[in-house]
Amino acid sequence: MMGEFRMPSLGADMEAGTLVEWLKRPGDRVKRGDIVAVVETQKGAIEVDIFEEGVIERWLVEPGTTVPVGTPLALIAGTQPAPAARVSEVAAVPAAPIPVAPPSVEQLPATGRARISPAARRLAAERGVSLDRLTGSGPKGAIVSADIERAAAAEPLARPTVTKRLDLAEVRRAIAAAMARSKREIPHYYLSTTIELTRSLDWLEETNSTRPPAQRLLLAALLLKAVAHALGGASEFNGFFTAEGFQPGAGIHIGTAIAIRGGGLVAPAIRAADMLSLDELMAQLRDLVARARTGALRSSELSDPTITVTNLGERSVETVFGVIYPPQVALVGFGMPVERPWTAGGQVVARRVISATLAADHRASDGHRGALFLADIARRLQSPEIL
Amino acid sequence: MNTDDISAVLIEELGRIAPETDASQLDPNAELREELDIDSMDFLNLVTALSERLKIDIPETDYSKLATLSHAVDYLVQRLEVAV
Repeated sequence: MMGEFRMPSLGADMEAGTLVEWLKRPGDRVKRGDIVAVVETQKGAIEVDIFEEGVIERWLVEPGTTVPVGTPLALIAGTQPAPAARVSEVAAVPAAPIPVAPPSVEQLPATGRARISPAARRLAAERGVSLDRLTGSGPKGAIVSADIERAAAAEPLARPTVTKRLDLAEVRRAIAAAMARSKREIPHYYLSTTIELTRSLDWLEETNSTRPPAQRLLLAALLLKAVAHALGGASEFNGFFTAEGFQPGAGIHIGTAIAIRGGGLVAPAIRAADMLSLDELMAQLRDLVARARTGALRSSELSDPTITVTNLGERSVETVFGVIYPPQVALVGFGMPVERPWTAGGQVVARRVISATLAADHRASDGHRGALFLADIARRLQSPEIL
Repeated sequence: MNTDDISAVLIEELGRIAPETDASQLDPNAELREELDIDSMDFLNLVTALSERLKIDIPETDYSKLATLSHAVDYLVQRLEVAV
């Protein structure tokens, strides 16, 4: 069966993209998750991963060509039937390449991304090193920690050129188009609550006190995890609103708003966030932030978030009311953690608190369900040890 | 490693986090987070890089001692002395 590898849509606002580079050649065998090409979009240079398995038959588009979303870029021979709707399938796709036994060892080139030691994978996530173009120096070409160190050391040279690719004016236009559509089409409603953070922050401080910096957690990881778990019982906030109405997402893929230095933002997905441990989630967050800022995000990360979380962090303001990113139906916003007077047992005491807000699509849910969802997030943050 | 070496390491790592700024031109008494628009992830990356390059532990409770360039250099010098 012959399949087509197409210019992906990386959000409601994207109409066209420019093929920058092919990373696979005709005759190369590809499998789900392999990065096949780099395209230039309003969101910068994006690595496009493939959702099918097969052999690249031929290229249909030459580098430097700008084509509309959906245009076939290459023919793939011997493909498994493509999933009907990519977004409904994403739960099966690992968020990061996971070491698996390759079906046929001989066919894999030395740079096959399947072989990597767990320590090297962690290190790569910490340093934001992309595994795809690394040549392993370990047994049978396995990527080991030393390879990551070398790549990380080489990184500063590569970074400035990649960063320049991001056209901030284009990013601004992309945000403008998506947000204008959101405000035009989505009947937003907004809820806000204040969450006591004492337990979460105490637990974080205690946990981090015994860890080296590379393994420390940020509050953001706890917040994302609490949202991911709460979404398990609040499916009407996780998915897409399309012509057919609300379609629940097959997985919980949390778009994480990341500010780009110099202006603009992107919200790539932490995929299957509810299935990740806190440490895994933190490693992915570190990796995503690093890649978002160097302009090396993958197409699947941008195309399938099922909800967005925006976390304004320290040095900001207390409350954020988000604008939903279409076709998503909800956005959870966290402000800056602050110390405020709080009552406990009839006494006024100083407590660290954070504001959590929900912007949600009234076509998909109502305020009552939204309130339960926010309350569930608050409740989960009181038991950080089981997040 | 003397104070100048440590200062150079710090400026180099700040430059990685904020590549569009010239960290060597920073006012040594300015708040780094404000001046370079550093968020908590950037700061964690800075602490990670410094602790690995200088082979010292930087506990979270000491983060406030890295608030400015001059405080950070003083702090790192002192940590290195402890580590020897």
